[in-house]
Amino acid sequence: MEYVVNEKNAKITLQIIEAIHTNAAYLSEIDGATGDGDHGVNMDKGFMMAKERIQLSMNFSESLKVLGRTLVMDIGGSMGPIYGTMFSRLSRRFKKEERITKEVMVEALNSSIDGLMELAGAKIGDKTLLDTLYPATDAFTQAMNQQKSFKDCLIALSKGAEDGKESTKDMVAKIGRAARLGERSRGFLDAGATSCCIILQTMTSAMIEELDSE
Amino acid sequence: MQRIINEPSLVVEDMLKGFERCHKDIIHIDDDNPRVVISNFAKDKKKVGIVTGGGSGHKPAFVGYCGKGMVDAVAVGEIFSSPTAKSFYDCIRAVDQGMGVACLYGNYAGDNMNVKMAMELAEDDDIQVKVVVANDDVASAPKEDIKKRRGVAGEVLMWKVGGAKAEQGATLDEVIRATQKAIDNTRSVGVGLGPCTIPANGKPNFAIAEGTMEFGIGHHGEPGIRIEKLASATEIAKEMVSLVVEDLPFTNGDEVVALVSGLGATPVMEQYIFFDEVAKNLDSLGISVYKSYVGNYFTSLEMNGVTLTLMKVDDELKECMDAEVETMGLTQLRRT
Repeated sequence: MEYVVNEKNAKITLQIIEAIHTNAAYLSEIDGATGDGDHGVNMDKGFMMAKERIQLSMNFSESLKVLGRTLVMDIGGSMGPIYGTMFSRLSRRFKKEERITKEVMVEALNSSIDGLMELAGAKIGDKTLLDTLYPATDAFTQAMNQQKSFKDCLIALSKGAEDGKESTKDMVAKIGRAARLGERSRGFLDAGATSCCIILQTMTSAMIEELDSE
Repeated sequence: MQRIINEPSLVVEDMLKGFERCHKDIIHIDDDNPRVVISNFAKDKKKVGIVTGGGSGHKPAFVGYCGKGMVDAVAVGEIFSSPTAKSFYDCIRAVDQGMGVACLYGNYAGDNMNVKMAMELAEDDDIQVKVVVANDDVASAPKEDIKKRRGVAGEVLMWKVGGAKAEQGATLDEVIRATQKAIDNTRSVGVGLGPCTIPANGKPNFAIAEGTMEFGIGHHGEPGIRIEKLASATEIAKEMVSLVVEDLPFTNGDEVVALVSGLGATPVMEQYIFFDEVAKNLDSLGISVYKSYVGNYFTSLEMNGVTLTLMKVDDELKECMDAEVETMGLTQLRRT
């Protein structure tokens, strides 16, 4: 059975933070097409603030909690509560485990989806980060149902995130600031879906690195 | 970009320092949270606490309405970006005196989420919080989707009513009922003649071509209903009055409070020219203006344009609108 050890595995979270930092300018540029053009700047501000508060010796679940809490408490806007909720939900499910298995992972992902839908009232197809998270989780679940290994499930998650992100290009925004552009939002990637893809892909590749088995 | 600033990413921090120094007789900044502005009068007597908050760049909103008889604490966000849940929560905690807190804010995705999270935090402290969400902007969604409409300058009237009701010693439920009635009877529309620039971005958020105007524009440059050839004050007023009046609808014999607010770059002189046309239109419809306000009450950085807000008033709303108030953005003595 494959698993990722929870204890002292904050480096997965630190890699997610690094990926957002590296892509900050790119995310702002994407946001500029349909929004304020500040997505990357705001994300970077919050993630870098969380970096200061995360020690390598923390559990993976604890580091996710710190990241989520920082985004909610110190960043605000729309992204603070949205990503804050996503990371808090992941953290809450992982917290109880010494070993994160694919069964735990899928529950954590589904809990995040539920939390986001409840908070933001977003649905699939509204051109938000849910359009990355949902198909990614769906791909993971399908791989699981085919009895694939945790590693292959994570690879499926990563691919599902990429496909989901790309699918937002053809969508018309129904929620958030871009919704006011209506048809004019078509043809552009959603900035939140793009950052969510970066987060999920970085998390999966970092988790694959950390996979143990017995 | 021609601006009198220092570091573009710190304009909110820098502005708040100046605001506190200038208005120290009315407000102060919370010791622990620099994004929380509190009225010096908040706890002069036991009453329901009034909280609001929103993105910066709308001066005098939101901090300018913090003071006696209006808002007790304001959560301050980045330019055009919602304050944190923590800031809303800190505001709630700062002004609760056991009678509960009314959080009166505008309908924007970020604010909705952060207030929701702040309310959960307050619930852990057994503080009762209820909300009224302003949705007065007629142009932002059709009437069948009225809950999706954004809050704009009508928020000023909402805070005035809520603040006055709380000052009367009303319970939280009474404050919420009267404030909800105020916003339910309020309609606004905006027109944009020129764009605005978020200092940290350095370039305009959107463009409005010379000789045109965007009818129905939002407080952050959200696209309007249509782009038209720039018209005279007479024609602009006629179009705006008719959109607002038909939506509620306001009818012959109604009494209203009228608020004309500049969006930042429109000279106050032009706002009065516009107001006169508004008043003439209302006269001809048999709608009488009980009270009126003209000036930069709710701006969008240096956007060129105006908003028109009408609130239909009954005796209760009139009394609330007439009550004494002392804030940076609105000060009036009791009319007897």
